[in-house]
Amino acid sequence: MADITTRDLLSETSPRHATGWRALRRYPLFPLAILVFFLVIPAVFAPLVAPFDPYAGSLSARLIPPFWQDGGTSEHLLGTDKLGRDMLSRVIYGARVSITVSLIAIFVGGIIGTVLGLISGYFGGRTDSVVMRLVDISLSLPTILLALVLSAALGPSFMTVLIVISVLLWARYARLVRGETLAIKELDFIARARVAGASHVRIMLVYILPNLVNSLVVLATLQVGYVILLESTLSFLGAGLPRAEPAWGLMVADGRELIVTAWWVSMFPGIAIMLTVLSLNLLGDWLRDHFDPKLKNI
Amino acid sequence: MQQGMQHFIAVRVLQSLLAALVMSVIVFGLARVSGNPLDVMLPIEATAEDYERLSKHWGLDKPVLTQYFLFLGNALQGDFGQSLKYQGTSAMELVGQRLPATLELAGLALLISVILALPIGVIAAVGKDSGWDVAAKVIALLGQSLPGFWLGIVLMWIFAVMLGWLPTSGRGGIEHMILPAITIGWFQVAAIMRLVRSSMLDVLDSEYVKLARVKGIPEWKVIWKHCLRNASIAPLTFFAIVAGSLLTGSVVTETVFSWPGIGLLVIDAIQARDFPVVQAVVIVFAGIFILCNLLVDILYAYLDPRIRYQ
Repeated sequence: MADITTRDLLSETSPRHATGWRALRRYPLFPLAILVFFLVIPAVFAPLVAPFDPYAGSLSARLIPPFWQDGGTSEHLLGTDKLGRDMLSRVIYGARVSITVSLIAIFVGGIIGTVLGLISGYFGGRTDSVVMRLVDISLSLPTILLALVLSAALGPSFMTVLIVISVLLWARYARLVRGETLAIKELDFIARARVAGASHVRIMLVYILPNLVNSLVVLATLQVGYVILLESTLSFLGAGLPRAEPAWGLMVADGRELIVTAWWVSMFPGIAIMLTVLSLNLLGDWLRDHFDPKLKNI
Repeated sequence: MQQGMQHFIAVRVLQSLLAALVMSVIVFGLARVSGNPLDVMLPIEATAEDYERLSKHWGLDKPVLTQYFLFLGNALQGDFGQSLKYQGTSAMELVGQRLPATLELAGLALLISVILALPIGVIAAVGKDSGWDVAAKVIALLGQSLPGFWLGIVLMWIFAVMLGWLPTSGRGGIEHMILPAITIGWFQVAAIMRLVRSSMLDVLDSEYVKLARVKGIPEWKVIWKHCLRNASIAPLTFFAIVAGSLLTGSVVTETVFSWPGIGLLVIDAIQARDFPVVQAVVIVFAGIFILCNLLVDILYAYLDPRIRYQ
């Protein structure tokens, strides 16, 4: 019979794989690497990284193919579009546009949803019913349709996209926050705070909210990919960002009629969208599995 | 029908009506948000008399609330007025003309996605963590991450431009339909497959399956006859989401492939500021969407009694 050593006992009690922060050292290296390369660096450092101005085109440099094809030059690595604008720069700036729009929209929608969710969960009763009705109705409205209608009325602009996405997003946050608030508000430390005389607002902001941040961050990460897809679809349809902007969806739309002769105008922004959303989804799933599995059903 | 079920249905129907009402308000507001709708609808040379005449005709001189109820009343009868772009055709007529094209595409898309998704989902569940399972997970992930419009363009590029096997656009026989149908159906394949896989996994573990095996029933029969029947309940109820993404998909895909359905109709109408048509299409779409949601919720509650008491 082998002697049982301390090491054997230790290896029996620790979990089979690392959880929480230790797991961060393990794997989402691949999606993170792609994200950083395609989204974060271009978004943040666009003016430094992009070789050309994404808005300025030179008509003599129209529709140059990427450098590995005939007629391509190493000056415009990914070629140019029909107005002579450098594709590489536009894709890089497109990352900036996408991430900016998404983050702002998620932020606005998230704030509205969190506030309403907190109020709804904390006060319960009539308020709760009303807010939850609103949430249900909001979730049952057809998304693209709503977006199209609003864009038709307001015209394609940043504000339009912002409003559309916030309107579509807030309900999920509200639902999540309300659920967690209901659970947290029963805990002892809340009761003690009430007894100590804390006001409702203080309890909600200082005691309940910090405990929600975890789930909120995971939900937000899960949604960035979806929001980028939504924004690029809207822009493609002409109901999103205005035409001059270097947005990936707009670029794909521009290149659509040129697909036969100048495939690169549509392809590169499309690949950018796909890789970005893919890594964001992978990252979001991983975050959710490791930090907050109950989000699986949202 | 038991008490719980009745109550549930009543609540859900009420919610659906509310959702429909909200959509109608939004659609009604569409034309009025950007100022006087007449400014948009009349050409520059219109005289003051034209303004007055049309104002009376469309009841724009009445208070907004009255206008809304007039609009609602007409809408319920299917009257959205005349199309501004196609003079002489009513908006509803246009919708009626183009709806079959969209339904064709949606039907094919659904068929393709079910035919693909069902077997892969089943095989992935049975051979958990095998090569098939990995492939299934990859497909699911791609389905979520690919932008629909880009997929359409890529498919068009590969199959129509480079290989020349299929036409690039327009309506016609099956060869015209296949690329757009795949584009719309792609997202469904991923989602249906995930659902089939997870419910099969649940079912494969259950007691009656073990009993069937002990009884000596051949494995293929156990999987395809017994398990699948019970595992199909969850995916069936998925159809609400399917309705939604079919609508979305049709708008985008019809734009990419120039397929003359109501998706393309609404995009053209928006660009031409043809409000009656936009209103008609949106209301019809929203109606279908809300109805599907409602039916599926009821079906789900019928199959799974726990839902009724939430």
